[in-house]
Amino acid sequence: MILWIAAVLIGMGALAWVFRFAGQAATGNAPKFRDMPFGVAYGYVLAALVVGWLIWAYFQGRSSDPAIANKFFFLRIGIEGFIIFAIAAWLFRLAGRRVGTAWSRKMFRAMPLTAAFGVMIILIYAILAIFAGLLAPYGQEQIIPGVAANITPGGDPALGGNLDFPLGTDQIGRDILSRLIYGAQNTVGIAFATTLLAFFLGGTLGFLAATFGGWLDQVLSRMVDVLMAIPSLIFALLLMTIASVWAPRLGIPLTVFMVIIIAVIDSTRVFRLSRAVGQNIVVMDYIEAAKLRGEGFGYIIFKEILPNATAPLLAEFGLRFCFVFLTIAALSFLGVGIQPPLADWGTMVRDLSGFVNYAQFAPMAATAPLLAAGAIALLTVAVNFVVDWMLHKSSGLKE
Amino acid sequence: MTEPLLKMRGVKIEGRSDEMWNPIINGVDLTLARGEVLGLIGESGAGKSTLGLAAMGYTRDGVRISDGTIEFDGIDLLTASAAVKRELLGKRIAYVAQSAAASFNPAHRLIDQHVEGPSQHGVMSRAESEADGMELYRKLRLPNPDEIGFRYPHQVSGGQLQRAMTAMAMSCRPDLIVFDEPTTALDVTTQIEVLSAIRDIVDQFGTAAIYITHDLAVVAQMADRIKVLLKGDEVETADTRTMLDAPTQEYTKSLWAVRSFERPAKPAIATGAVPVVSVQNVDAAYGTTPVLHDVSFDMHEGRTVAVVGESGSGKSTTARCITGLLPPTSGQILLDGEALPASYKKRSKDQLRQVQMIYQMADTALNPRMSIGQIIARPVQFYLGLTGAAKRKRVDQLLEQIELEPSEYYNRLPSELSGGQKQRVGIARALAAEPKFIICDEVTSALDQLVAEGILRLLAKLQDDLSLSYMFITHDLATVRAIADEVVVMKDGRVVEQGPKADMFTPPHHAYTDLLLSSVPEMDPDWLTNLLKERGVDNVGDAAVDKM
Repeated sequence: MILWIAAVLIGMGALAWVFRFAGQAATGNAPKFRDMPFGVAYGYVLAALVVGWLIWAYFQGRSSDPAIANKFFFLRIGIEGFIIFAIAAWLFRLAGRRVGTAWSRKMFRAMPLTAAFGVMIILIYAILAIFAGLLAPYGQEQIIPGVAANITPGGDPALGGNLDFPLGTDQIGRDILSRLIYGAQNTVGIAFATTLLAFFLGGTLGFLAATFGGWLDQVLSRMVDVLMAIPSLIFALLLMTIASVWAPRLGIPLTVFMVIIIAVIDSTRVFRLSRAVGQNIVVMDYIEAAKLRGEGFGYIIFKEILPNATAPLLAEFGLRFCFVFLTIAALSFLGVGIQPPLADWGTMVRDLSGFVNYAQFAPMAATAPLLAAGAIALLTVAVNFVVDWMLHKSSGLKE
Repeated sequence: MTEPLLKMRGVKIEGRSDEMWNPIINGVDLTLARGEVLGLIGESGAGKSTLGLAAMGYTRDGVRISDGTIEFDGIDLLTASAAVKRELLGKRIAYVAQSAAASFNPAHRLIDQHVEGPSQHGVMSRAESEADGMELYRKLRLPNPDEIGFRYPHQVSGGQLQRAMTAMAMSCRPDLIVFDEPTTALDVTTQIEVLSAIRDIVDQFGTAAIYITHDLAVVAQMADRIKVLLKGDEVETADTRTMLDAPTQEYTKSLWAVRSFERPAKPAIATGAVPVVSVQNVDAAYGTTPVLHDVSFDMHEGRTVAVVGESGSGKSTTARCITGLLPPTSGQILLDGEALPASYKKRSKDQLRQVQMIYQMADTALNPRMSIGQIIARPVQFYLGLTGAAKRKRVDQLLEQIELEPSEYYNRLPSELSGGQKQRVGIARALAAEPKFIICDEVTSALDQLVAEGILRLLAKLQDDLSLSYMFITHDLATVRAIADEVVVMKDGRVVEQGPKADMFTPPHHAYTDLLLSSVPEMDPDWLTNLLKERGVDNVGDAAVDKM
C-alpha cells in the first residue's frame, strides 16, 4: 500500500515536470511557465487528477447498474447541486446587475459569485420564512389523513414515493416539505432574534468597557471570562434543563428562555470583539477631540465609535448567527430546544436520523434526514460567503 | 561616459483601483551612471517611490509597468526571468525603506538579518559576512560596532536602525541602492548622522544610488543630480547646483520658494497684559515616570508661541496638560488669569470651548464615517446651540474661511479629501467652537511642503482676523521661523530657553538650541560638509548631545 502511494506521488511529480516542460515548449518560454515553481506545477497536476476523479465518479453515479449508482448517489447529487447553484447564482447576479436601483446594480457588479450565491440563498430563506403559511402545502403539525407514513422523497412511485409529497412524509405522516418551510420560520427566526439580543447586550457592554476602562472594564471582562470558561453547549444544556422546569410554572414559553440563555452565552463573544474593536477606536484623535469637547458617553459610543465598528461587527453578526443557529439546532437535536409540534430542522434531523442507515442500498430513503441537515448547511455556507465578502469590502475601504 | 548603469526609457506605470488601471507614471526617462547619486523629489503621490521600485524591476501588488524599458547593466529587467532577477536583487541592487523599524524582522538579531543576503547569494561565507557587517557598522559610525549586531531591532534607536539597514543594503557591495525617504521619520539631530553616514559610505564604495525624498534641503546634500516629479511626469532634471541656483520650471521655482514664507514681527507684548493661557510650574508624570519638570510659559492674545524640541522632549505632554487630558502633578494652567481645573472632566463647557486643538494626523483626527459638514457642525451645535438653517449657514461660513467650497465639500467624507484639505477641516472644527486659544500639534509635519505652507498662511490669516492665540508644537525650525512670535525650546521635559523669535535665532544660544538650529538642513549643497567640518566628523548628532 505504501509502495503504491509512493509510486503515485512520484508519478505525479514526473507528470508535473512534463507539464511544465511541455508548457515552456508550447508557449515559447512565456514567463508564466518559465518562472513556474515545481510546487505550482505539481498543484496543477493534482488538481487535474482530482477533477478527473470527480468526473469519473459522477458518471459512475449515473450508471444503469443500481449497485454502482447507489454507491455514488450522494456525490452525484452534490456535483449536480453545485453546478445548479453556481448557474443560479450567476443568473441571479446577472439579474441583479440589470434590475434595481443604481446603488444595487453597482453592488452586484462588484460582487463575486460566492457572495451572489450567499445573498440568493439568504433571500430565498427569508422569503420562505416570512411567507411560510402561504407557501407550505400543508400545516407543520398536520398529520395528513389517508396517507401512509414514511413516503420516500423524490416522488417516484417505483421507489415508494408520491408526487403529492415531493420530499416525502415522516414517520407519522407529516409532509416534510411543509415542515422544512416552517422550520425556516422557526429555526431561522428564533436564531435571528437571539443574535440580535446577543449583539445588543454584548455590543453595548463591550463599548462601555472600552470607553470607560478602569474598574467597569475589569468587572465586566472578568464576568465574561467566567462565562466563557464553561463549555457553551454544556452550559446551555444545563440552563435549559433548569428552564424546562421553571417554564411551565411561570407560564412563559420555553423558547423565550432558550433565546435569553443562548443570547447571554453568545453575548460574551460579542463583548470580547466589540471591546477590542472599541479600544482601537477609542485611542483615535477624533475620540479625544469629542471628549475634550465635553461630549457625553452616549454620543461618543453611538455617534463616534459605533459607525466605525460596523464592518467588523456586521461580519461577526453573520458568523454569530451561524453559531446561534447551530446551537439551537443542536439543542433541538438533544431534545431541549424548540419543542414539538413546532417544526425545527434540528428536531427533524434527530427524528429522521434512523434513515441514514439506508444510504448504501436505498439512498432516496436516506435523504429524508439529510434534507433538514442540508438546509442548515446551505444557510451556514451562504451566510459565511456573504460575511467573507463584506469583510473583504470593509478592509478594502480602509486602504 | 561609458554605458550607464541604469537606463529607463519611456516607463509607464499603472495602478489598479476601482476596477480600472490608472496611470501613476506617464513615460519617464531615467539614466544613472555608475557611482552617481540621483535625487528624486516631488510631493506625495508624485510617483517617486513607484519609480524607485520600478528601477529594481519591481512593482507593488496591484501595480504594473505597462510600457517602456528598464535596463540594468545591459539586462532588461522587464523580461528577465525570476531566476535572473533573484541573482540581481539584494546582490547588485539593494533597497533601503523609509521605516527601518517596520522593515526589520523583530524576531531576529540585526547581524543574522545582515548576513542573509551575502550567504544566500554566495558572495561571502556567514563568518566573513559577519565580520564584514561589523566593519560596515564601524564605517557607518554606529556605537559599539562589534556588539550592536547582536541586538534585536527594538533594542536600538531609530537612527541606528536606519544605519543598520543601510549596512545591510551594502552587505553584497551592490552597484545600485534605492533609498526611499530614509530620514523622513527621524529627528533633525538624528537625521544628520544618517545622512552623513550614507553619504560617506556611498562615496567610499562608489555605489550608484537613487535617493527619494520630499525634503529639498536633504536632497541638496546627497545628490549629484536632481530629478523633479509632478503627478507622474518629469518636470526637470539638472545638476544639483544648477537646479538650486537656476530652476527653469515654474513648479520647481515654487518648491524652492516655500521656505521663504515669514510673517512680519509683531510689536512686543504690553507689560502687564494678562496672558490668554499661562502654564505655571507644571510637573507631570505618566504613571510614576516624571516627564515634565517645572514648565512655565505664557501665551498672549493674537500671538503664536512655538514649542520646539525633539520627540520625547515633552512638547505634546505639555499640550495634554493644558487640555486637561493629563492632570499635572503640581503647578497649574491659567486661562485669562483664572486657574483651570486640572482634569478636562471638571471643566465647564465654556472653558472647554476656549481651548481647542488641531492634531498632527488629520486622518485619525476626523471621524471617517462622518461627512465634513457633520464634523464641523457638531461643535457649532454643541457649544453655540445653533440648529437647522442657522447651523448650516455657520458651517458654510467656516468652510469658506478655510478656503473650501461649501457646496462641494459639505457632504464629502474625509477619505475623499487630500491631506491638506483634511487638515483644513481640522482647523474649521477648532474654529467652530469660537475659541481664544488653539493648540496646533505638529499640524504641518505630515504634509508636503507646498501644502504645509498653505496651511501656515491660512493659520496666520485666521490669527490676524480673529486675534487667536496659537501654541504651535513643532520640531521643524523652518516652520518656527515662518509663523512664531515667541519660541520655547524644550528638552527632556524642561524648558531650556524661551524668548521672542528674533532673540532665539540670533546667537548666543543655549548649547542645545544651537545644536537644533545648526542641524536643520539648508539648501546649500555644501551645508552638510561644512557643518561636519565645524563639528568634527565624529561629533554629529547623538555624540554632540552626549558631550553637552
